[in-house]
Amino acid sequence: MTKTPMLSRVADSLFWMARYLERAEHTARLLDVHLHSALDLTPAAANRRWRRLLTALHSPLASEHVSPYAITQALIFDTTNSDSIAACITAARDNARQVRERISSEMWEQVNRLYLYLRTTSMEEMWTGEPHLFFRSVKEGVHLFQGITDATLSHDEGWWFIQIGRYLERAMATAALMDVHFCTLDSQDATTLDYFEWVALLKSCTAFEAYCKVYTASVHPEDVAEFLLLNAEFPRSIRFAADMIQEAAQAIGQSGARHAMARVERLAGRLRAALDYGQVDEIMMDMHTYLMTIRRMCAQVHDALYQACISYSADEALR
Amino acid sequence: MFVSYDVDIAYDEMFAAPGQPRAQYLPLYDRLASLSAEELHRRQRAADAAFLNQGITFAVYGHGDGTEKIFPYDLIPRIITAAEWSVIERGLTQRIVALNMFLRDVYHEGRILADGVVPRELVYSCRHYRREMRGVHVPRNVYIAIVGTDLVRDADGRFLVLEDNLRVPSGVSYMLVNRQVMKRTFPTLFDRYNVRPTDHYGQALLETLRALDPLQRPDPTIVLLTPGVYNSAYFEHTFLARQMGVQLVEGRDLLVHDNRVYMRTTAGLQRVDVIYRRIDDDFLDPLAFRPDSALGVAGLFNAYRAGNVGLGNAIGTGVADDKAIYAFVPRIIRYYLGEDPILPNVDTYLAYNETDRRYILDNLDKLVIKAVGESGGYGMLIGPHSTGEQREEFRRRILADPRNYIAQPTVMLSRAACFVDGRVEPRHVDLRPYILYGEGVVIVPGGLTRVALRRGSLVVNSSQGGGSKDTWVLND
Repeated sequence: MTKTPMLSRVADSLFWMARYLERAEHTARLLDVHLHSALDLTPAAANRRWRRLLTALHSPLASEHVSPYAITQALIFDTTNSDSIAACITAARDNARQVRERISSEMWEQVNRLYLYLRTTSMEEMWTGEPHLFFRSVKEGVHLFQGITDATLSHDEGWWFIQIGRYLERAMATAALMDVHFCTLDSQDATTLDYFEWVALLKSCTAFEAYCKVYTASVHPEDVAEFLLLNAEFPRSIRFAADMIQEAAQAIGQSGARHAMARVERLAGRLRAALDYGQVDEIMMDMHTYLMTIRRMCAQVHDALYQACISYSADEALR
Repeated sequence: MFVSYDVDIAYDEMFAAPGQPRAQYLPLYDRLASLSAEELHRRQRAADAAFLNQGITFAVYGHGDGTEKIFPYDLIPRIITAAEWSVIERGLTQRIVALNMFLRDVYHEGRILADGVVPRELVYSCRHYRREMRGVHVPRNVYIAIVGTDLVRDADGRFLVLEDNLRVPSGVSYMLVNRQVMKRTFPTLFDRYNVRPTDHYGQALLETLRALDPLQRPDPTIVLLTPGVYNSAYFEHTFLARQMGVQLVEGRDLLVHDNRVYMRTTAGLQRVDVIYRRIDDDFLDPLAFRPDSALGVAGLFNAYRAGNVGLGNAIGTGVADDKAIYAFVPRIIRYYLGEDPILPNVDTYLAYNETDRRYILDNLDKLVIKAVGESGGYGMLIGPHSTGEQREEFRRRILADPRNYIAQPTVMLSRAACFVDGRVEPRHVDLRPYILYGEGVVIVPGGLTRVALRRGSLVVNSSQGGGSKDTWVLND
C-alpha cells in the first residue's frame, strides 16, 4: 500500500500549533522569573529589567509609561496583542482544532483544557493571589501537552512538523533573550548587581541548576554564553534545538523522497555546524552579530521548509 | 415496563394489538420485559458515554468554548423483516434508476419535457436547476451516486416515500455508529436474532466513488471535500474519510491547473481523480457559481466539464428532489421504466396547478404546506396545528408565488417503542436508507431511524428535538 502524503494545510497547522505553545510557555517562564526577582530590585533597576524583557519578547509596549500591572496584563491576557499568552494559546487551539482528526484526542483535550483555564482566570485574581502558581500552570500545561504528544501520536511526518516548529521557536526566542542581556550588561565583569542579572537569565531558561552542575555556582558571562549556546545536552540550549531541527528536517525529507527538501536539510545542517564548531571566546567578541546570524539561519530554515512543503507555487510544483 | 404503552391509530412497529407483539419483535419484547428500569438506565448511560468519548458530537453554534452535545440515541432497536426490506430495496432501486435517467434527460435531450410528462416550466424554474450542466457528459451517466431517501409508514404499515435527498444527504455515520454502540453496550439483545451487517458501507462507498473516475485508472485518488471544522456535519466527514482511508480536504487544499484538479501535500501536488463533495452546488466553484464562496475550488466546474475529475454527486441534481417535481416521480418511473412505482408517494397538491391551488386554499387547516426549496422542517405550515393568522400568511405567500408551494395531507407516521423516562413508550419514527449508485445500485441493509422524542410530535429533525435508534434488517 502506498503511503498517502500529508496535506500541506495539516503540516502548517501542526507546525504553528507547536510554535504558539512554545511561545506561550516562553513568555510565562520569563514573566515568572521576572516578577519573582523584581522584588529584590531598586525601581530604576526594575525598570531596566522591564525594558529588557519587552525587547526580548519583541513587544511594542514602552515600559516607561505603564505600570508592572499593565505590562503583565498585556503580556498575559490582552488578546489584541498577538504575542500574549492568551492569544498564543488561542491560536494553538485554533490550529489544533483544524487538524483535530489528525492529532490524538488526548492532545486535543489538553490544549482545550489549557485554553479554558486561561479563559476562566482573571487578571485581578492572578495578580492578588499567587502569580507563580498561574505561571506554573501554564508551563506545566504546555509540558503536559508535549508529553502527551510524544506518548500518543505516531512519530510520523506530522510529529516531526510539530518538533521542528517547537525547536525553531525555542532557538529564536532564546537567541533574542540572550541578545538583550549581552548587549545591555557588561559581559567582561560580573559585579554583584549584574550577578543577579546573569542568574535571572539562566533561570529564564530553566537553566540555573543545570548550569551549576557543569560550572558550579560561580557565574561568568562567558560560561553562561557557552552553556546556553553550545551545550549539547541541555534541552533549552540553542545547540540542542539545532540538533533537533536538523533531525526533523532529515526525517521530513525521508518520509517523502523529494528534492525540494534538500535545501532545508542543507540549511539546517549549516545552522547546526555554526553551533557545533563555535568557539565561545570568538563568539564573545561580537555576540550580537553571532546571535543575529543564528536567528537569520533559523528564519532561513523556516522559509525553506515552507517553500518546499507548504506554500510552494503551483507552477513550480508542476514543472 | 410496558404499562403506559398505548396503541393508537398510527401503525405500531412493535405491537399488532395491545399486548400482542409482532412475531419479529417477540424475542426483543421478552428480553426487555425481563429487565429492570435501572438496568436499561445503566445501558443508556453507557451508550451516551460511548458517543461522547468517541467525539460523536455536534458543535452547539454560538459558543466559542468548545461546548458540544450528542445526538440523542434510543436504546431499543427498530426491526425490519426480510420481506419488508425486499420491498424497500426494490422500490428504492427502481426510484433511483428512474430519477437518474430523468436527470440525464433533463440535461440533454429533454424528451420527458417534449412529451409533456413533466412541465418544462416547472423544471426550468427550479432553484436547483443548473443551466451550466446542459450537455455535460457525466461519468457513467451517474448523477446521483449517494442518496438518502426519507420513508414513512402510513396507518396500514405501507412504506411511502416522503422526500428524495439527491444533493448532499447526511446522517449515514449515525446509522453506522448506532450499530457499533448497540453491539458494545447491549450485545445480549442480538441473541435469537440474525441481523444483517452494515459495516461494509465505507467500502461500498469507496467502490461507488471509484466507479466515478472518468479515466477509470486502476488506483484513482479519491478525496472527501468538507466545508471545514465549523460545519455541523464535520464529524461525519472525518468519520467517512477514515472509513474509506481517503484524505479529508478543504477547498483551500485543492487547486485547478490546466483543467486538472490537484491537492497540496508536503510531497508536492497530487492529482485528484474523484471528489466526494459535501459542499452544496452554490459553493463549489466561485468562478461558476456563487462568487463569494470561500469554501470551493476555483475552476473545478471546468475541470469537471472537461472530464478530468469525477464528482459525487454531480452538479444540478437538486432539480430532481424539488418538492414540486416529487409529485411527478411516479410518472417519471412509468415514463422511463414502464413499471408501476413499488413505493408510493404521499399525495401531493401543487399550488402551481390551478385546481390543486383552489383545493389547497380551501383546506389550509387540514394540510401540511411546504416551500419547495426548503428542508429540515423550515418554511412549513402544519394546518391542523396552525393559527388563523399563520394560515392567512401562507395564503398570501402561495398566491404571490404558487410555484414555490406544495401541500400534503398530514401523514400519521408509524410509532416505535422507545425508552423514555424509565418506561417504554411509543414515539413517531421515519426511516432514511442510504443508496449508493456506481457500477450498480447498492443499498446497505439498514438506515437511520429518526425518532420524534417528544410525545405526540411528528417532527423527527435533529434541529427540533429528534433522536435516532439502531435499525435492524433481518435475514430470512
